[in-house]
Amino acid sequence: MAKVIFTGGLRALTGDESVELEAARVVDLVAALYARYPALAGKLEGATVAIDGTLHHDARFQTLRPASEVHFLAPLAGG
Amino acid sequence: MSNPKSDGGERKYKVVGTRPIRHDGLDKVTGRANYGADLALPGMLHGAILRSPHAHARIKKIDVSKALAMPGVKAIVTGADFPEIGSGGMAAGESHIDPKDLQANIMARGKALYHGHAIAAVAATSVEQAREACKMIAVDYEVLKPVLSLEQALAKDAPILHEGRKAVGVPPLPEGDTNIMMRLANAKGDVDAAFKTADVVVEGWYEASMAHQGYIEPHATVVTTRENGQAEIWCSTQGPFAVKSMVAVTLQLDPNLIRVTPSEIGGGFGGKTTIYLEPVALLLSQKARRPVKMVMSREEVFRATGPTSGTRIWAKLGVKKDGSFVAADTRMEFEAGAFAGSPMGAATMTVFASYNFPNFRLEGLDIVVNKPKVAAYRAPGAPNAAYAIETVIDEAAEKLGMDPIELRLKNAVKEGDVASYGPKFDRIGFVECLQAAKNHPHYKAPLGKNQGRGVGAGFWFNVGLQSSATVSINDDGSAVVRTGNPDIGGSRASMAITVAEEIGIPVERVRPLVGDTDTVGYCDLTGGSRVTYATGMAVIEASKIVIEHLRARAATIWGCEVDAVEWRDGQAIGTNGASDNKPLTVADIAKQMGHTGGPIIASASVNPPAAGPGFGVHICDVEVDPETGRTTVARYTVVQDAGKAVHPSYVEGQLQGGAAQGIGWALWEEYLFDKDGKMENPGFLDYRMPVASDLPMIDTVVVEVPNPLHPYGVRGVGETPIVPPLATVGNAVSRAIGVRMHQLPMTPPRVLDAIETKKG
Amino acid sequence: MAKIQVQTTINGEQLDFLCDGQQSLLSALRDELGLTGTKEGCSTGDCGACSITLDGQLVPACLVLAAEAEGREIGTVEGVAQGSGLHPIQRKFLEHAALQCGVCTPGLIVATRALLLKNPNPTEAEARYYLAGNLCRCTGYDKIIKAVLDAAASMRGESA
Repeated sequence: MAKVIFTGGLRALTGDESVELEAARVVDLVAALYARYPALAGKLEGATVAIDGTLHHDARFQTLRPASEVHFLAPLAGG
Repeated sequence: MSNPKSDGGERKYKVVGTRPIRHDGLDKVTGRANYGADLALPGMLHGAILRSPHAHARIKKIDVSKALAMPGVKAIVTGADFPEIGSGGMAAGESHIDPKDLQANIMARGKALYHGHAIAAVAATSVEQAREACKMIAVDYEVLKPVLSLEQALAKDAPILHEGRKAVGVPPLPEGDTNIMMRLANAKGDVDAAFKTADVVVEGWYEASMAHQGYIEPHATVVTTRENGQAEIWCSTQGPFAVKSMVAVTLQLDPNLIRVTPSEIGGGFGGKTTIYLEPVALLLSQKARRPVKMVMSREEVFRATGPTSGTRIWAKLGVKKDGSFVAADTRMEFEAGAFAGSPMGAATMTVFASYNFPNFRLEGLDIVVNKPKVAAYRAPGAPNAAYAIETVIDEAAEKLGMDPIELRLKNAVKEGDVASYGPKFDRIGFVECLQAAKNHPHYKAPLGKNQGRGVGAGFWFNVGLQSSATVSINDDGSAVVRTGNPDIGGSRASMAITVAEEIGIPVERVRPLVGDTDTVGYCDLTGGSRVTYATGMAVIEASKIVIEHLRARAATIWGCEVDAVEWRDGQAIGTNGASDNKPLTVADIAKQMGHTGGPIIASASVNPPAAGPGFGVHICDVEVDPETGRTTVARYTVVQDAGKAVHPSYVEGQLQGGAAQGIGWALWEEYLFDKDGKMENPGFLDYRMPVASDLPMIDTVVVEVPNPLHPYGVRGVGETPIVPPLATVGNAVSRAIGVRMHQLPMTPPRVLDAIETKKG
Repeated sequence: MAKIQVQTTINGEQLDFLCDGQQSLLSALRDELGLTGTKEGCSTGDCGACSITLDGQLVPACLVLAAEAEGREIGTVEGVAQGSGLHPIQRKFLEHAALQCGVCTPGLIVATRALLLKNPNPTEAEARYYLAGNLCRCTGYDKIIKAVLDAAASMRGESA
C-alpha cells in the first residue's frame, strides 16, 4: 500500500491528510486517487511527484514500493 | 531511469574539479562569438513594435493604413493576425503559462494591460523606417484606471484586469471578478496554540520591489520563413526547444515546421525562458516573404519583458528561550504583472523549507496588476520568501541574545527531516554550510564604526528535467559532445570535463557544441540550475556507451572477447588471455575505426529527478553613513553546498554573481512607476544595478556534500545564491543602524528615514 | 537622404564607410562594417558593452555619431589580440574565468586596455572605479577585477 500525503490545496480537495492505496506505479496510483476522490480529477497531471523524498518531474511510470510515501507537488523549473 | 548512486566523494577524479580554460572563451574575448543581435541575412527586414502608452486601456480600433503606405514598410501585424486560441495548461515550471495569456502578452488583444504592452509591429527596410511607421499607426484607446499596487489590486472597488476570470486554488476563494488569480495555503499542527507557548514572538511585513533580471543583452531574433510553412528562428534564449513549442502554440503552427537555433546568450537569469519577439517576427516574415530581424531596446526590455514580482510578505515566528522554533505563519502577496503566474507557488514551498517548524501556516496570493508580466528570475519566489523569514529569524536571535548562526543550527533541516513542502530530505548540506560560515574568519572579524553584520540562509530545489547528449569520436581520437543547452555561464566546459573524465582524454581534446532543435536531441531549458546536473548526466551516459564501443573495437583489433578488454585511464587494456596486447589509446582505436565497424558515436537521454536541494549561507558586513543613509557593502562571503564542483571557477562565479544580484535588489534596484503606471526608470542610469565600484571582492566557500542522485554528487548551484542576500544585507543594515528595515531596496532616503524615526 | 562618407582608421587599418547623419558609430561598426564584437546593451551610454577607443580615449560607441569618426583612430575588441596570440588581458580573463555569458566581455577588455595604458599599476579601487561604466550582471566583478590586476602585473613583467 503506497501512502499518499496531502498538503495544502490537495488536502482541501480531498478532505484527508493522507490515504493508503494499492498501486504498483504512479500512473496506477493517480487512477486510484481519481476514482476515490472525484474532486481530484485531472489535478495531478504535470505535478512534481516526491516518492520517498526524491522529486520526480515526470513520475508517470515510476514504480512504487509497498511502503512508498508519495507527495504531489506543484511543477518546478526555476530560472 | 535508474538513480545512479553517487560515489560519495571517494572517487578520485582526474578532470572533474579542475579549472580548464572554457572552450568558448577564445571567441568571447575576441568578439567573434555571435549573440542574438549579431546575425544579418541578405534581404533582411527590420521590425519594430508599437507599444501602449497606457497602463490599462481598451483597444477600440487600430488603423495601420497610413503606416503601411510609408516608404520601406513591407508588413504590419496586430493582435488580429494571431489565431484565436483557447485557455489551457502548458507546462512551464512553477510559473504555469496559459497559452492564451502568453499570446496576449506578446501582442495585446482587446486590452492593453501595461504601459509598453505590444499593440502592433512593423517590418521595414530599416529600423528607423519601421519606428517611424509605428508612429503613424492610429490606435483608438478607451483609457481605464490602472491597478498599480497590491493594495490597489485588493481594494473592494479595484478595476479588474481580466473580467470574468475566476481565482483558482485553495478555498476560501474570492467570489466574482477579482485580481487574485490564485490562492494557495498549507498548514501543519495547531499554529495559534503553539504561538502561545513561545517565549519570543516576532512578526512584520516585508516588502520587496519589482526587479529585473538585468541581462546585458536585450532580446533579439532573426526569423526566416519559407513557402512550405517552415520557419527558421535564430534567437537569444535559455531554451530553444521551449521557443519552438511556445511559438507553435501561440501561432497554432505544426512544431515540425519550426527550427530554432540558439545564439550565444548574453545573460538570462530566467528572463529568457519565455518568448516576446519570435512569433511577431515570424508573422512579419510570412507577410513580407523576407527574413525579419527584431532587437529590443533597453527601454523595451525594462517596460515589456518579465521582471520578477514585487511582493508584500507578512511573517511571524515563535521561538522558545532555548532557540527552538515552535511556530511560523506567513501571508505572501505576489504581483504577477498583467497576467496570472507569479512565482508565489515556489515561495510557499521554500519559505519554511530550511528549518524544522513543528507548526506552521501559510497563505500565498497571485495578484495581477497593470505592470509587465513577470518572468522567472533565478530561484523564482524564493528570495522574496527568504527575505521575510530570514529577517524575523534574525530579529528573534537579537531578542533572545543568541548568535544568529547558532539559532539557525538549532533548527536547520538535515537528512531524514520532513521538508515543510512534504517529503523527507535526502542527504543535504545545510548544517555543513552553517558550520562553515560560523568558522569562517569573516564571521569572527571585528566590525568598525557604523558597521553591522548580517547573516542569511537560502534554499532552492534545483531541478532535473529532460536532457539529451551525443558524444562522437574523431579519427584522431579527439571527441565532440553535442547538447541542446545554450551555454550561459561555462556549461560547455562542464560538458567537456565530463567527457574527458569518463573516456580518459585531455579536456582540450573534447569539443563541446550547442546544437539547434533539429541537430540535437530534446533538452529542457538552461535553467533551474539543471545543466551540469541533468545534461551532464546524459553526457556521462553517452560517454559510457562510447567506452563500450571502444572496448568492442579493441577486442576486434586484438581478436579477443570484449570481456577481456578493460577500459582504464583512457586506454583499452587486455586481461584474461588478451593481456599480452599493448594497451590501445582512444587515438589508436580511432585510427582504425573504419576497419572495425565505422564511426564511433553514442547518444543518451535522461529525465532525472530534481537535482538535490541546494543550501547557502551568506555573511555580509555593511557600513551605513548616519548622515546620508548611504549603505556600503564592506565585506561579503557566500557559503554554499555544490555537491561536487565540476569546474570550481564557474561554481564560484555563480555564487558571486547571484550574491551581487541579490545585493543590488536589496540596496538599489527597483521599478518606479508614475501615477499612470509608466515606468519612470527604464534605463541602467536610473535602474541602478551594481557596478564594479559598488562591491567588494565576494569570498566563496564551496561546501561539497555529495548529491546521492548524481554519479559525481553534483548539485545545481546557479539559483540558490540569490536567495539569501535580501535578508542578509537587510539584517546587516538593521544591525548597523539599530532599527529593523522593512522595505527593499534600502535606499539612502529609506535608511535615513529609519534612523530619524528611531531618534524620534 | 544623402549618405556621409567617413574615412577612419580601425584597429590600425584605414577604412572608409558610408553612414547616415544620425547613425551612431556603434551602428556603423556593427551594421556597415560587420564588426559585431562591439555589443549594444543600452544605447544610452550606461552599460559599457559598446566600449571602444577613439584616438585612445575610452568612449561608448553608442554615444558617438558615426560621422564624428572622420579622421579618427578607432580601437575595438577585434583589434586587441596581437598577431597570432591573445593580448595578456584576454588571456587573464580566460584564466580567471572572468566571464560567464560573455556579452559584456568585449567592452570590458577594451576598457581594461585603456585603463592599463593610463595606469599600468592600478589598485583594486582604481580598477573598480575605472571600470564602473562597464556593467556585468553575471560575475559580481570579483573575477574580472582579479583578471585585470593580474593582467596588469603580467604586462609589467611581474607574473606569467
